[in-house]
Amino acid sequence: MPLLTVNKLNTRFKTMDGVVSAVNDISFTMEKGETLGIVGESGSGKTQLVLSMMGLLATNGWAEGSAHFKGQELIGLPTKELNKIRGNHMAMIFQDPMTCLNGYLTIARQMTEVLILHKGMSMANARQRSIEMLDAVHIPDARNRIDRYPHEFSGGMRQRVMIAMSLLCEPDLLIADEPTTALDVTVQAQIIDVMNEIKSDMGMSIILITHDLGVIAGISDNVLVMYAGRICEYAPVDDIFSDPQHPYTRGLLNSVPRLDSDNTRALHAIPGNPPNMQHLPTGCAFHERCEFKREICLSQQPALQRINDLRQKACHLEAL
Amino acid sequence: MNSHNPLLEVTHNRVWFDIPGQGLWQRKKQILKAVDDVSFQLREGETLGVVGESGCGKSTLVRGILGLETVTSGSVKLYGKELTTLDKKAFRIKRRDMQIMFQDPLASLDPRMTVSEIISEPLQVFQPELSKKERKQQVQQMMQRVGLLPNQINRYPHEFSGGQAQRIGIARALILKPKLLICDEPVSALDVSIQAQIINLLMDLQQEMGLSMIFIAHDLSVVKHISHRVMVMYMGKIVEMASRDELFRYPLHPYTKALMQSIPIPDPAIERGKRGAPLTGDLPSPMDPPSGCHFRTRCPQVQERCAAEVPDWNEKTPDHWVACHFPNS
Repeated sequence: MPLLTVNKLNTRFKTMDGVVSAVNDISFTMEKGETLGIVGESGSGKTQLVLSMMGLLATNGWAEGSAHFKGQELIGLPTKELNKIRGNHMAMIFQDPMTCLNGYLTIARQMTEVLILHKGMSMANARQRSIEMLDAVHIPDARNRIDRYPHEFSGGMRQRVMIAMSLLCEPDLLIADEPTTALDVTVQAQIIDVMNEIKSDMGMSIILITHDLGVIAGISDNVLVMYAGRICEYAPVDDIFSDPQHPYTRGLLNSVPRLDSDNTRALHAIPGNPPNMQHLPTGCAFHERCEFKREICLSQQPALQRINDLRQKACHLEAL
Repeated sequence: MNSHNPLLEVTHNRVWFDIPGQGLWQRKKQILKAVDDVSFQLREGETLGVVGESGCGKSTLVRGILGLETVTSGSVKLYGKELTTLDKKAFRIKRRDMQIMFQDPLASLDPRMTVSEIISEPLQVFQPELSKKERKQQVQQMMQRVGLLPNQINRYPHEFSGGQAQRIGIARALILKPKLLICDEPVSALDVSIQAQIINLLMDLQQEMGLSMIFIAHDLSVVKHISHRVMVMYMGKIVEMASRDELFRYPLHPYTKALMQSIPIPDPAIERGKRGAPLTGDLPSPMDPPSGCHFRTRCPQVQERCAAEVPDWNEKTPDHWVACHFPNS
């Protein structure tokens, strides 16, 4: 049985200008131990998708459809029940660790709280376990550092503290939302390394959200590409990079300059701008920027369909 | 590149900040050496990439060049004319030739001004003799050149996406036809698909207008794509500088190598082959930098001499400069 099965998930927000659909008809499954990379531009719905599963949507938003996690339906679950899952079986880390850590409390206090609440540990045991976790993410001198406050740590260290905190209860699923975007490249490499370690040592399943295709390449097993709130392509990581089947995926790959290339000619940019979610184009949301568009793309939303056992895409084109 | 005349010459530039002592009784002030003894030349029509981690002084360096920070000591010459000794009024006239665009396109545009007002403001200041009609004509031409639509002329910044707002920033910076454009992380805040558009636009405009550019970015892939020469900074100092091809093919400084290895490549086969992060630890406190070579606390090749002596700035091969006791060891 898959660890996570998301089926026809929709997320909508009530705004002053009417209802906005941020996430549309998303379905995918995740196996235990798998790392799923979610790529997309800002506003593509990747964050709202995972927030819907965590029950963390803003008050004007709601989710419909189903997200089955370890045999339990998450959508519509009361907060009290969700709290038993969040932090315990499913944990999340965010882009900016400073806004997630409480600046008034020591790291020790914030970490032990999780274990005392979820696992009913004693203070001494919880402290010991927290120090072990900080060691695991390579916080130097964890035994003493644990009594410090968040502002006494650098950005990269705070992100490692966040990861350590999220791993305390050994969750089955770790959701990381742009965990390295705010960090320097050298520190980013350290965080990716830590995530690869927990992936192989603890066998944890990870959902990694990022806009950086390089980060995705290094850690994912499968990749989900999102555009305008929908899945446009889903495939194993090697296939996404070697043989992208959706024009948007291909456009993304072509538009980034690569360190291992000596090309200095113009980059192959995707023309136009990401769509306004309040006024999506008819048909395929990408058609205005697509170099392969045909008549049908203007009027008909392409359905997500299987290419083979492992791959899916939502595009009217037979093949790229 | 048309010629090799230096457009800008920066010599022994220092930007130091006084940090008041912490606490009530501690009066001893500390000094933060944000930019410490930096020298380089920028040639006409050249793009100089500046890379380094946050806090390495790359933004402070260019702010010092533009007179937005007070230069503690050293010299900045534009076309051989010293800038650091100029008074405010004289500096303002020089700044016409040196323009800057910032990372956050929306934060750097006045939300209460229309696109037309933002782009034409430099013209009003520096070319007041222009008639209203001439000004409008120039603004329209510039808007068209950077890819903005004519009907957007009376809109406000918040009506634009990040990429379009960055185009407004470019139009504002280039309307006076400056000689030097400084780009401080111009694409870091943009979506991947938009980044490429802005990079292409900047490269085209440079060709057309014969601009010299200083391009600051933390993303080495972008810097490699756009620059002719690259300068690597660490804790306020330049540690390595060379032409693009030379630097990326034969990096000499261990920090440059570590930066390059840190950049993830969008290719799963390459990324899976990488083992461990190239650099451990964080940037040391700039208030209390390590003795000798500042990089020694994180350097994989550190030796005793690195703690005792500050490495000299040496030309290892023609035009390839490095500050390291054991380059390429």
